[in-house]
Amino acid sequence: MTIEDFIKNIETEFDDLEPGKLKPETHFREVFDWNSINALILIAMVKTEYGAAINAEDIQKSKSINDLFEIVKSKV
Amino acid sequence: MAIFSIPNVRFAGIASAVPKKEVSNLDYKWVSTKDREMLVKTVGVENRRVAEPGTATSDLCVAAADKLIQELGWNRNEIELLIFISQSRDYIIPSTSGIIQDRLGLPHSCVAYDIGLGCSGWVYGVSAMASMMYASKIKKGLLLVGDISTLTASYRDKSTYPLFGDAATATAFELDENASPIHFNLESDGSGYDAIIIPDGGMRNFISKKSFDYKKHGEGIYRNRLQIALNGIEVFNFALREVTPNMKRLLQELSKSTADFDYFVFHQANLLMNETIRKMMKLEKEKVPYTIRKFGNTSSASIPLTITTQLKDSISNGKARLFTCGFGVGLSWGSVAIEADHIVCPDLIEY
Repeated sequence: MTIEDFIKNIETEFDDLEPGKLKPETHFREVFDWNSINALILIAMVKTEYGAAINAEDIQKSKSINDLFEIVKSKV
Repeated sequence: MAIFSIPNVRFAGIASAVPKKEVSNLDYKWVSTKDREMLVKTVGVENRRVAEPGTATSDLCVAAADKLIQELGWNRNEIELLIFISQSRDYIIPSTSGIIQDRLGLPHSCVAYDIGLGCSGWVYGVSAMASMMYASKIKKGLLLVGDISTLTASYRDKSTYPLFGDAATATAFELDENASPIHFNLESDGSGYDAIIIPDGGMRNFISKKSFDYKKHGEGIYRNRLQIALNGIEVFNFALREVTPNMKRLLQELSKSTADFDYFVFHQANLLMNETIRKMMKLEKEKVPYTIRKFGNTSSASIPLTITTQLKDSISNGKARLFTCGFGVGLSWGSVAIEADHIVCPDLIEY
């Protein structure tokens, strides 16, 4: 898995997101109007695309897209 | 492992009742317009049916059961098993099943009892009905499953209020030597008991003045201790972890694949969760009916309500091989593989 694909998968799920706006170093809470439904969308995407389970704590301790990517990678 | 099959019990009919009053989440002023759109798009709930204060789950059950008995042409004296499954019973004491037995005019020889389950209520209920009828040789039985959940959801709690709708259902079973066996895989994990909970009002935390105090539990989430609390992320992760292995294990036990079933009817938890499960099971959209958009998460009633309103033609005019799965509060979950072969299915009742 690559960070580029990971970002592409996030962009597919959040369609009001401008393509190309997300970078590995982007702090995702600043881009999204962050709420628990968005957290569920992220959890669902990670489960279907990578077969990995991330929890609320994993999301809480991640700041950037890359932080999250590293957590997912460690669980695949 | 609770994987088992029960022969000689026929799925004979199914009926559902919902309150007349319909509310739209697009009018839910506690949250922003953008949040309302997200509720419809992602959570999948646009409209919900809401019971008027004073309407109890048994009222909806009796309406559904009466119509079903009439259309089946059953002799009420032959109905000797009645199981009521709900988490919103009429009274703390007594059980609701007896009240329904009396209102339906069923005989005193009727075994009647309550089971307290929610999202998994129908699948557990089918197992209790089939097991008892097979063992006791009782000829006719009624499974009454439903909930009035809207009464216990706080208007100022965006994590629960826009999710739930009210509904109740009746499912009929007959002893029949020619019936195809019904197959089950049922599971439980009470370590997650507090993922969906009303903390006060039972014996652990008896009702007190403090039960009525509203507290903030997050942005847009205010409720008291007599109202339902839902840990969305925990429930979501539980469902993604447990549901597909449960279904796959039953399929494996039966040496069948998803292609051997016509429809997969899931508890209507939320659209995102159900769609994720559908994709994990690689099921075609046409095989997975939904009622969440029109009726919301109807708790224990969701599976029979979905069968009644979405599959009426297939089950009443032909034979449909159904694979159903309920999962949630408890935590409790399970699958039932059951055939619906020319069964009686009255139109949805509005109460």
